[in-house]
Amino acid sequence: MQWEVVIGLEIHAQLATKSKIFSGSSTAFGSEPNTQANAVDLGLPGVLPVMNKEALNMAIKFGTAINAEIGKTSVFDRKNYFYPDLPKGYQTTQLALPIVGLGSVDIELEDGTTKTIGVTRAHLEEDAGKSLHEDFHGSTGVDLNRAGTPLIEIVSEPDMRSTKEAVAYMRKIHSIVTYIGICDGNMQEGSFRCDANVSVRPKGQEEFGTRAELKNINSFRFVERAIDIEIERQIDVIEAGGEVVQETRLYDSNKNETRSMRSKEDAMDYRYFPDPDLLPIVVTDDEIEVIRNSLPELPDAKKARFIKEFNLGADDAGILTASLELADYFETATKESGDSKLASNWVISELTGRLNKENLDIKSSPVNANQLAGLLARIKDNTISGKIAKEVFDAMWTDGGDADSIIESKGLKQITDTGALEEMVDKVIADNPDQVEQFKAGKEKLMGFFVGQIMKATQGKANPGQINQLLKKKLSE
Amino acid sequence: MHNKTIAQLAAGLKSGEFSSVELTQHYINRIKNYDGELNSYITVSDEQALAQAKQADEMIASGKAQPLTGIPFAQKDIFCTNGVKTTCGSKMLDNFIAPYDATVIESFNNAGAVMLGKTNMDEFAMGSSNETSYYGTVKNPWGHEYVPGGSSGGSAASVAARLAPASTGTDTGGSIRQPAALCNLTGLKPSYGRVSRYGMIAFASSLDQAGTFTQTAEDAALMLNVMAGLDQRDSTSIDEPVPDYTEDLNQDLSGLKVGLPKEYFADGLDSDVAKRIDDAITEYKKLGAEFVEISLPNTHLSVPAYYIVAPAECSSNLSRFDGVRFGYRCENPEDLEDLYKRSRGEGFGDEVKRRIMVGAYALSSGYYDAYYLKAQKIRRLIANDFTEAFKKVDVIMSPTTPTPAFKVGEKNDDPISMYYSDIYTIAVNLAGLPGVSIPCGFVNNLPVGLQIISPYFAEAKLLNVAHQYQTATDWHQQIPEKYK
Repeated sequence: MQWEVVIGLEIHAQLATKSKIFSGSSTAFGSEPNTQANAVDLGLPGVLPVMNKEALNMAIKFGTAINAEIGKTSVFDRKNYFYPDLPKGYQTTQLALPIVGLGSVDIELEDGTTKTIGVTRAHLEEDAGKSLHEDFHGSTGVDLNRAGTPLIEIVSEPDMRSTKEAVAYMRKIHSIVTYIGICDGNMQEGSFRCDANVSVRPKGQEEFGTRAELKNINSFRFVERAIDIEIERQIDVIEAGGEVVQETRLYDSNKNETRSMRSKEDAMDYRYFPDPDLLPIVVTDDEIEVIRNSLPELPDAKKARFIKEFNLGADDAGILTASLELADYFETATKESGDSKLASNWVISELTGRLNKENLDIKSSPVNANQLAGLLARIKDNTISGKIAKEVFDAMWTDGGDADSIIESKGLKQITDTGALEEMVDKVIADNPDQVEQFKAGKEKLMGFFVGQIMKATQGKANPGQINQLLKKKLSE
Repeated sequence: MHNKTIAQLAAGLKSGEFSSVELTQHYINRIKNYDGELNSYITVSDEQALAQAKQADEMIASGKAQPLTGIPFAQKDIFCTNGVKTTCGSKMLDNFIAPYDATVIESFNNAGAVMLGKTNMDEFAMGSSNETSYYGTVKNPWGHEYVPGGSSGGSAASVAARLAPASTGTDTGGSIRQPAALCNLTGLKPSYGRVSRYGMIAFASSLDQAGTFTQTAEDAALMLNVMAGLDQRDSTSIDEPVPDYTEDLNQDLSGLKVGLPKEYFADGLDSDVAKRIDDAITEYKKLGAEFVEISLPNTHLSVPAYYIVAPAECSSNLSRFDGVRFGYRCENPEDLEDLYKRSRGEGFGDEVKRRIMVGAYALSSGYYDAYYLKAQKIRRLIANDFTEAFKKVDVIMSPTTPTPAFKVGEKNDDPISMYYSDIYTIAVNLAGLPGVSIPCGFVNNLPVGLQIISPYFAEAKLLNVAHQYQTATDWHQQIPEKYK
């Protein structure tokens, strides 16, 4: 049987506001437990929520970035359930009237085509605190620093048909929210996380199969693995004659398996109703337009521009625009060095390779765009060869400094003096009569040997183009 | 001293006839002498009160006094008070000391007022007789076998017995106007959004409103001057200008158009109460008012709609009392579920549990549309009834309650009958309108209240209408013999 996979994602993005969605407490990550929880966050008797306008504007900004309908009147609802890290006994969220309605984003498939993924809605809500199960001698500790941090939950249509598409969608949403500056995108700190609804159906079948919801996946790698594992599990269940049950499953990244958390029957009745402590939010067309006009260049537009303006291939442009920082880095390096091809190659291979190897992200790169541009400029003007450039890059990475001073202090400047090079070529020819004989007899591969000898003698500083030319000339004499 | 109104006390303080410390001590003494039996206070904050009084005297001496400076008040124990226990009448909060002041409390503090203590109330403001309080029933100063009404029963009884010159209350379905009527006081429930709810422990958020118990409409105006206004901490407080509510008190009532809703004079109204209301109407006619019969056709739906909306909101509002962060926690919980079940099971009383159950049911999936949503629609119909009526009349008058005070224990086994004792007050909350109850006579030595309802934010008009009656009558000056 041929199976088709159907995936929808619910992405939670923490909004990068300074204070919480309904209180003035700071949202900074990593403080001592409960030091960023005031009376409102603790849900003390008598306290009331006041909406943070900045969180609202960020949600609207997201809506305009995906060309979504913006809810002119949106309403906060209470989702009632008991949990120690939920101080009020309800989460304030949006059910019937979310701030962002139907929108869409485009993802690029492996074959180079584009697919549009529908976004059903995105709504504002508050995050819960954290339960801490260690260090409490059989009890549970509760840290309410995160309680009340603003989130938008971005709900996709069940439009994705493979794990690759799901990852591409998640990456696209990630680049949009970070481009427009509403989320720091930090997945390790939980600023960007997702739940995946996964089902399978026989290819060609109209109706969806029964879905399972995978909870709280917090990396691109895990989303791929978790969905793959779940697809395999569901197919195994069906092929063994069983039925997939609708349930919530937790992905365990250590064991690389999903396991049941609760079934549909155990699903809670959240008794949603409009929060009487908060008035409906009314936004005008003018307010929406002001926010729309404040949008920066978005990933798709930037990619198109890079292709056109810098003459890049679609793949390279896609890699370079995946994150705003990388795109900015590349653009600076290009402008300062005057060579987009060189900049693109260096950013994609040398820089990204080194960052990945050392598990750093672009923001913490030891070599900044101006430093790299300085290096590229020296390659471009033949001061150094590409090979020497890697050595300079290495030095720059470890000890800092600009390309010119490293080249100067290490004496790495390329030898371009024709007279000096000619002497070297003559010496190599004189020193290796056998090889010269063989070369002249037709073993042209030996050209590399002669170049290598000269490079060795000059510690790589000879200009390879000039040497080639000189050798060819001398050897054919 | 204790038979003086706020206005008179303020004059006495200003002229140096007595000091705030003397005045405060006088009330503390009266509380000590009388409240053991009456049970109108849960907490008496005498030390803090005397310290505040001392400060007030200094303010008065330095000429910095505001109208309420040095006047002692009793505060309903639903308002959070920094450092003084706030119980909301519940075992759940028997150990709760708020780390902050409610906006209302802050306003009184800023005005230089003195807080005598925190008054008894039905548990979480759920009740009409003050019998659901964890701290015991409050007695009606007009007859100890009678209830003082509720939920602000302690606030009403304390002023009726002159154990405070005035007090605050909250009104969700009649919790100020009903006890004011039963205790012979002026009880003002302002428009929804007029007074901040911040720091006022929520029962039903869309209905709750803070107000006052006073001897006179003039005193209510003085208190509202301090309490009213926009609060950035309460998103539902409204940015309407705050007038000086004392300014219009003396306006002439000739030509005032008063509506009498026929549905409020129908079956269920005690005939003797009806007579007192008739007397009041006669009096108002002498003052120049004109009366017309009006109809509020959806009145019969108000009690059922209220008993969906209020419990629904309370079921969610009271979820935070879970034994985790503050308040009552059961002994030795076995696990999380046990902690929740026993902390809430042991910490809440029966009426609170009944309303949480009703509310959770009304909000549950499959019933939401039939109950909660429908009740909200009815609410709009009821509000529209009033809007229509106010196109024809300036104010509406009715009895505040269908009967005078009932006896302690009389309605304990019949919650529905208890719920119907608020039949004339509930619609006002559903519509969010201001209303006041003023004394208008007695039936068998028990007080009767006249309810006056005005359009939104027309509290000045409401108090003007009430004040004019009080210049022509002396019902409001009657004090129970024992407490004279």
